[in-house]
Amino acid sequence: MLFDWFTLIAQLVNFLVLVWLLKRYLYKPILDAIDERENLISSQLHAAEATRTNALKELENYQQKNTDFDQQRHDLLIGAISEVNLERQKLLEQTRKEVEALRFHLQESLRTEQLNMGSEIIRRTRTEVFAIVRKTLADLAGVNLEDQMAGVFISRINGLKTDEKEFFYLALNHSEKEISIRSMFKLSMNQQDAIHTVLKNNLKISAGINFETLPDTVSGIELIANGFKVSWTIDDYLASLETHLAKLLNQNTETTSENIT
Amino acid sequence: MRISPDDVVFFEYGFVKLNLTIVTTWILMAFMAIGSVLITRKLKSRVKVTRWQSVLEMIVTGIKQQIEEVGLQKAERYLAFLGTLFLFLLLSNLLTILPIYEPPTSSLSTTAALAISVFFAVPFFNISEHGILNYLKSYVKPLPIMLPFHIISEFSRTLALAVRLFGNMMSGVMIIGILLTITPLIFPIVMTAFGLLTGSVQAYIFTILASVFIAAAAQESGKETET
Repeated sequence: MLFDWFTLIAQLVNFLVLVWLLKRYLYKPILDAIDERENLISSQLHAAEATRTNALKELENYQQKNTDFDQQRHDLLIGAISEVNLERQKLLEQTRKEVEALRFHLQESLRTEQLNMGSEIIRRTRTEVFAIVRKTLADLAGVNLEDQMAGVFISRINGLKTDEKEFFYLALNHSEKEISIRSMFKLSMNQQDAIHTVLKNNLKISAGINFETLPDTVSGIELIANGFKVSWTIDDYLASLETHLAKLLNQNTETTSENIT
Repeated sequence: MRISPDDVVFFEYGFVKLNLTIVTTWILMAFMAIGSVLITRKLKSRVKVTRWQSVLEMIVTGIKQQIEEVGLQKAERYLAFLGTLFLFLLLSNLLTILPIYEPPTSSLSTTAALAISVFFAVPFFNISEHGILNYLKSYVKPLPIMLPFHIISEFSRTLALAVRLFGNMMSGVMIIGILLTITPLIFPIVMTAFGLLTGSVQAYIFTILASVFIAAAAQESGKETET
């Protein structure tokens, strides 16, 4: 027989049972696994995309930071260069001032040294001149220099004109202090008496007379009273010599200053 | 000569008969169900899966894709019915390569049962989706005079489904049997290989036709729902 009703019904039931079985144990687990995997992949893709976005943000952030850092470094460099230039100018100025001060100090020292040297030269010259003259006069003319100088001083006082005597009289007699006679050599008692006598006779001096010996400052014999001075010295000669020496030393000083500069 | 495996009866009690068709079907059902359980009990939802899981996923997604290509949008709804139909027919037909095996599809009772399943599945799916009223209205469209033709069409295509599958599978088995008698050396192997192709094609045709019937009815009912 080609067709059997029981078999047909049985196969119908069998097929429906198979549908249920496969739905329960095949399609549903498989589809669930596929869906779960798709969700997993989708979530992983989303996570990867989020990570990528974050990475891009981080990259942008770091690039911005790099740019800022470069700009900051550039600014700092510019600032440092400016500060260095400023400091350099300041140091140069300070050095220049120090050099100027040193040069001034050196010039002052040179000038002081020059003055001291000039004074020393004058003093020695004076001493030597008087020594030579004294010895020359003593050896060649048998004359004492000090006596001659005192004599000449006395004759000069004697040789004053009347108006000059009046002038000296007024000047010297109004002094409350003693009249001072300063000489480079010690005047003998005779010389002192002679000078005292000639001053009293010619200039009518009533005040006391004080005799001083100053070999380093006086180049002859000086009379000092009340701001007036009558001198019989070689100061003019020495002044001329000092002028020449000063010129010579100035030339040397300028040359030295130029070398220092 | 035996035409149908229904004729091989192992046990008979009145109307109830336990024949080769039913036994073979049970064996196939057990094989498919146990195989599914064995494979799907260790399913992994990770990216890396086992080879068996990959094969099953390919089969299931392939069937689902075919259903969608026919025009059924919610393929998951029809997957259990149409997928089981295809897999049962395919396995049943492919196993003809075994020497003593007789496919249950070479029994008109089996193919008729499957065709009747399709016959009832068409209104079942359509009514569940669009409602019974829209489904019934599709029988009187475009004119009420078309009602008898629609009914005849339903029965005739069910009959065509059953007979087509039965005829192909039965004829294949018969031809191999006849050739074994005449030229037992080469031709039975060639015809068996050819039978594999025919069986696969018939399983595909049966499933696709069932899908098309459901989809066509769904479209008609869908038009009713829209109007």
